[in-house]
Amino acid sequence: MSAKRPLSPHLMIYRPQLTSMMSITHRLTGVALGLGSLFFVWWLVALAHGGAYYDLVRGIAEHVLGRLVLLGFFVAVSYHLANGIRHLFWDFGIGLSLQGVYRGGYVVLFVAALATLGGAYLLFIG
Amino acid sequence: MTDHSNPSMRSALGRAKGLGSSRSGVSHWWMQRLTAMGMVPLVLYCLIGFVCFADASEVAARSWIAQPFNSVVLILLLGTGFYHASLGLQVVIEDYISTESRRILMLAFMKMMMTAFAAFSIYSVLLITLTNGV
Repeated sequence: MSAKRPLSPHLMIYRPQLTSMMSITHRLTGVALGLGSLFFVWWLVALAHGGAYYDLVRGIAEHVLGRLVLLGFFVAVSYHLANGIRHLFWDFGIGLSLQGVYRGGYVVLFVAALATLGGAYLLFIG
Repeated sequence: MTDHSNPSMRSALGRAKGLGSSRSGVSHWWMQRLTAMGMVPLVLYCLIGFVCFADASEVAARSWIAQPFNSVVLILLLGTGFYHASLGLQVVIEDYISTESRRILMLAFMKMMMTAFAAFSIYSVLLITLTNGV
């Protein structure tokens, strides 16, 4: 393939926009949740097994690294849930104007940030 | 006999089947939306429930899951969630893996993984619920 001719789309030449960045973040958090759910499955299996094995898994989850992963889970869930609701509104034709898309975007970021702060409080302070 | 009043490029058979270029119609899109709507209350309920036994002790976690309503909600969430994840990951794989053989292999592997996750987690919830306090 000759690299001389123009190729489309040239994503990197665009100034990052709230809309496109939030779109790819929705996809990234979705993939992270889908693959990261393995940890939740592991925790459930350990809980069903019980005893020393559950204590081991609980110890890993309560380690600083485990807590950081859990914080990442909080970020991904709150963002994907809030932005998913924004998507459902769009499917009903609500908030599809340029102004509506930006307003909804800021609401989602605010809700996700709030939920993340709550998660951080529970995991590291509370 | 050609109907010139209809400018559509689609064949009569294609129109009758109504499946379009995806070969699966709107079922993927529709199921993604249905599972998304279903998961909103399920996720909120389970998240709040889990946060309420934040000490994560074995007894507290087991007794929350073993309550009949909680365990049904959790099983619904796991079933809907892994189905939703499978639909979403399918789109990502279809978008970025252009080699057909590799794409089909990855799709099959991903669907098996999601099905296995669902089976392991739902079985665990049943085991916890049916053996709690026994």
